[in-house]
Amino acid sequence: MMSTDFTWLIGGPQGSGVESGANIFSKVCAEMGYQVFGKREFYSNIKGEHSYFAVRVSDQNIHSNVNDVTLMASFDAETIFRHFNEVSPGGGIIYDSDLDGVDTTNVHTLDAPFKERLHSFLESKNKPFTIVGALEIAKEKGITLYPVSFKKLLENLSEEVDNPKLRGLVRMYNVLAVSMSLGIVKMPSNSLLHSIEQIFSKKPQIAEINKQAANYSYNYATAKFDGFNYELTGTQKQPKTILVQGFHGTALGKMACGCRFQPYYPITPASDESVFLESNEILENLDHRPGSTAVIQTEDEISAMGMTIGAALTGTRSATCTSGPGFALMTEALGWAGINEVPIVITNYQRSGPSTGLPTRHGQDDLLFSVYAGHGDFPKIVYASGDVEESFYDTGNCFNYAEVFQVPLIHLMDKFIASSVVTCKRFDSQKITINRGKLLDQVDDNYRRFEFTEDGISPRSRLGIDNGIFWNTGDESDETGHITEDPVLRVKMMDKRMSRLDFILKNIPESEQVVSFGIEDYTIISWGSAKGPILDAIDMLKKEGISIGFVQIKLLHPFPGDYVKSLLSNAKTIIDVEANHSGQLGKLFKQNVQRDIDYFILKYTGRAMTSTEVYDSLKKIIENKADKREILTHGA
Amino acid sequence: MALKPAEFKTDVHNDWCPGCGDFGIVNAIQMALAEMGVQRDKTAIFSGIGCSGKTSHYINTYGVHTLHGRVLTFAQGAKIANPEMTIVAVGGDGDGLGIGAGHFVAAGRRNVNMTYIVFDNGVYGLTKGQASPTLKLGEKTKSLPSPNTNYNVNPIGLAVASGFTFVARGYSYDVRHLKDLIIKAVKHKGLSFLDVLQPCPTYNDINTRDWYAGKDLMEEAQSRHSRIYKLEDTGYDPEVHYSEEAEVNERLTQALIKSLEWGNKIPIGVFYKNELITPYTQRLKDKIPNYFENPPAKQSISKDGKSITDISKILDSMEV
Repeated sequence: MMSTDFTWLIGGPQGSGVESGANIFSKVCAEMGYQVFGKREFYSNIKGEHSYFAVRVSDQNIHSNVNDVTLMASFDAETIFRHFNEVSPGGGIIYDSDLDGVDTTNVHTLDAPFKERLHSFLESKNKPFTIVGALEIAKEKGITLYPVSFKKLLENLSEEVDNPKLRGLVRMYNVLAVSMSLGIVKMPSNSLLHSIEQIFSKKPQIAEINKQAANYSYNYATAKFDGFNYELTGTQKQPKTILVQGFHGTALGKMACGCRFQPYYPITPASDESVFLESNEILENLDHRPGSTAVIQTEDEISAMGMTIGAALTGTRSATCTSGPGFALMTEALGWAGINEVPIVITNYQRSGPSTGLPTRHGQDDLLFSVYAGHGDFPKIVYASGDVEESFYDTGNCFNYAEVFQVPLIHLMDKFIASSVVTCKRFDSQKITINRGKLLDQVDDNYRRFEFTEDGISPRSRLGIDNGIFWNTGDESDETGHITEDPVLRVKMMDKRMSRLDFILKNIPESEQVVSFGIEDYTIISWGSAKGPILDAIDMLKKEGISIGFVQIKLLHPFPGDYVKSLLSNAKTIIDVEANHSGQLGKLFKQNVQRDIDYFILKYTGRAMTSTEVYDSLKKIIENKADKREILTHGA
Repeated sequence: MALKPAEFKTDVHNDWCPGCGDFGIVNAIQMALAEMGVQRDKTAIFSGIGCSGKTSHYINTYGVHTLHGRVLTFAQGAKIANPEMTIVAVGGDGDGLGIGAGHFVAAGRRNVNMTYIVFDNGVYGLTKGQASPTLKLGEKTKSLPSPNTNYNVNPIGLAVASGFTFVARGYSYDVRHLKDLIIKAVKHKGLSFLDVLQPCPTYNDINTRDWYAGKDLMEEAQSRHSRIYKLEDTGYDPEVHYSEEAEVNERLTQALIKSLEWGNKIPIGVFYKNELITPYTQRLKDKIPNYFENPPAKQSISKDGKSITDISKILDSMEV
């Protein structure tokens, strides 16, 4: 039997329920046993601009999106104009037949550069600049069109269930479109109704209306639209599967590993994590004494960082969560945490920079900035997770590293992960170990916070414990923490702190520094969320008998240069894949491994890589047809 | 139990200029802490950057010398994580009302139960005497190339408007009065602000000790602090007694009006006090019932190196 690999895309104006539509679809597919990988794209806008969700569904393990859309569900004109050409031959498009006459000038949210490209494409196919024109091209490609008047559908439904309120309830279009999609692919309707019930469990009245609409639309589709090339009828469910949003990994990781203080300033795409933590601020403990996370919304990121440090000085596991612009504001205090050896975790959900950049779009832009963040030399750790599941366990490790090595730690995440919805194995908090390093519960006399020790790490007191008095200062200090400008002491203190970098490399297990997925003649190095598209692209090539190696570097600072070098000694061609302009990992690699990158595969459109385009570029590299810098551009 | 101020002194060499007003403030803090008998290891001084920033090194409690303008952020983080600490934050007027003004306003809104003392001398001393936020427009202290081109901020007025629930002013050469104010500020339930007029003998040649003493005034008989008078001596009542709008507005307004007095008559003492506004920690307790018994800093998070947090209910809701 052929395996299932299906991509469903729903689009619409922001605020029209695209996200909840996608959540219903994802939940139904996950409940029916499929693996789900969905990602959301949206403008920096509250209402009106185009947003879309592409949900890939498979009975195999998947880690990314692909270029081709199998079935597109649209209820506005813009979605058709922007995405009709992504639907693959044999696929389908559900669209609102009342939109037939709309031309591109009627859609004011179509921006000029896109419109220009669209027009020249339609022109090249001799089509008018209308929905009809676009859909004719689709039809000629062998795509099945599913016209439906959403207005009429609602009118009929409203009569049938005798509920005049439903008439003209545009907010229901999303549910209608989802249900129609599921009808077309023959997904059993009970799973649809069940998912709606669950998603709206706190609003039974809304659940009821949605169920009526879903049922009606589903039946309409099964009665009217038969014979689609693809079916999603369910598959063997993997036990212990959860359907999570991207930010759930670090949020749940923080809860599980004992982070009890998180100040933050609102910023996309990071705030979701803090809001989730606050929504779950009271924690259940196995010792039956409830715990809690104090989540504090601050006046800016500088304050968030100051509070994080202040709380860490009390011995509390503390973190903040931000994105590039916010992290930029935090860097002065990052150095303070560095010189005072304060363990804190900064979760950075990166987005496209520089400056405000593409505020709601993806980018792995902050690697070098993180490595070099702050003025002066001080030890820190930069660590990156490759997907949601990893990020849960990594979060636990990150707090251990910060406390054991007494350094600030930057945990790099990104927008691709943050706004993805995926199935993965249920997180196991029993796998999270907690190591607080040299944190003291009680202190003997003559305590000195920055005492010179053999391993360069001093016992750490905390504010408020008996005999534990210490001083901190952003100035250079002596062992007690009082200011010094003595040149000899200065050297000793700098050496003490900076020796931490080697110590970190020696003490973090290699398996947590770097993950090798095999070394081949052609081997990829990468970091962070590029992992998913890379793994899927490698799988695609493997089916053609081509083996590509892959080394995922998770510990980015201090950089495990020697280890990476030895790992790659048999690799002939090194390919760096990442989502930024300059190949930032490549630069770190060159500096630390003293070896050139042979090819770069880079993407900086602000959209996540698909495995299709990584595959295409890898293929070109193997066939010796690639540019030194392969630049990926897929995605609206 | 009252302790001796000496117990709150460190042996760190104090490098403030001779005659600096900061000495009076650090002495008053030590006297206040001693008189209150606070436990040294349950107390922390947080300081900003500048001459006043060194204060935390001279006091024998936990001492955290932070960043320029950011002292309140560090201090609030510590207090919220461990509410049983007594926390006093200190900094200069440039630190708190210039670079740190945003945090000052936000701290007022939050009303975290701690004390903030501003060493208010009108100049940036450590960088050689530039104009700071409280220096008046058109004034030229001795190292300014030309008269100050900025209007001054009104620290008392800003504190009142920002939501500080205890707002007072002291004078660094009236150490006993200042000590009493600090005790009141620390005992206050909420965020207390203390603006301390503090002559900088090196760079502020306008608001000098003699100026505060009124030596330039024409009157024959001068008292020691003739420009300065105490609000409490005038029957001024700073306290909001009940939470009706009219009462609150009256106390706020009188504090604002008093804050505008300057020149030949400068009030010190408590301008405003309102314990009817809940402190931030109390607001947290309203959401997190056992916050005071089990605050972030006291929570047990592991047993035998394993997580004890049970997230299974959340995971159940995500399971498909």
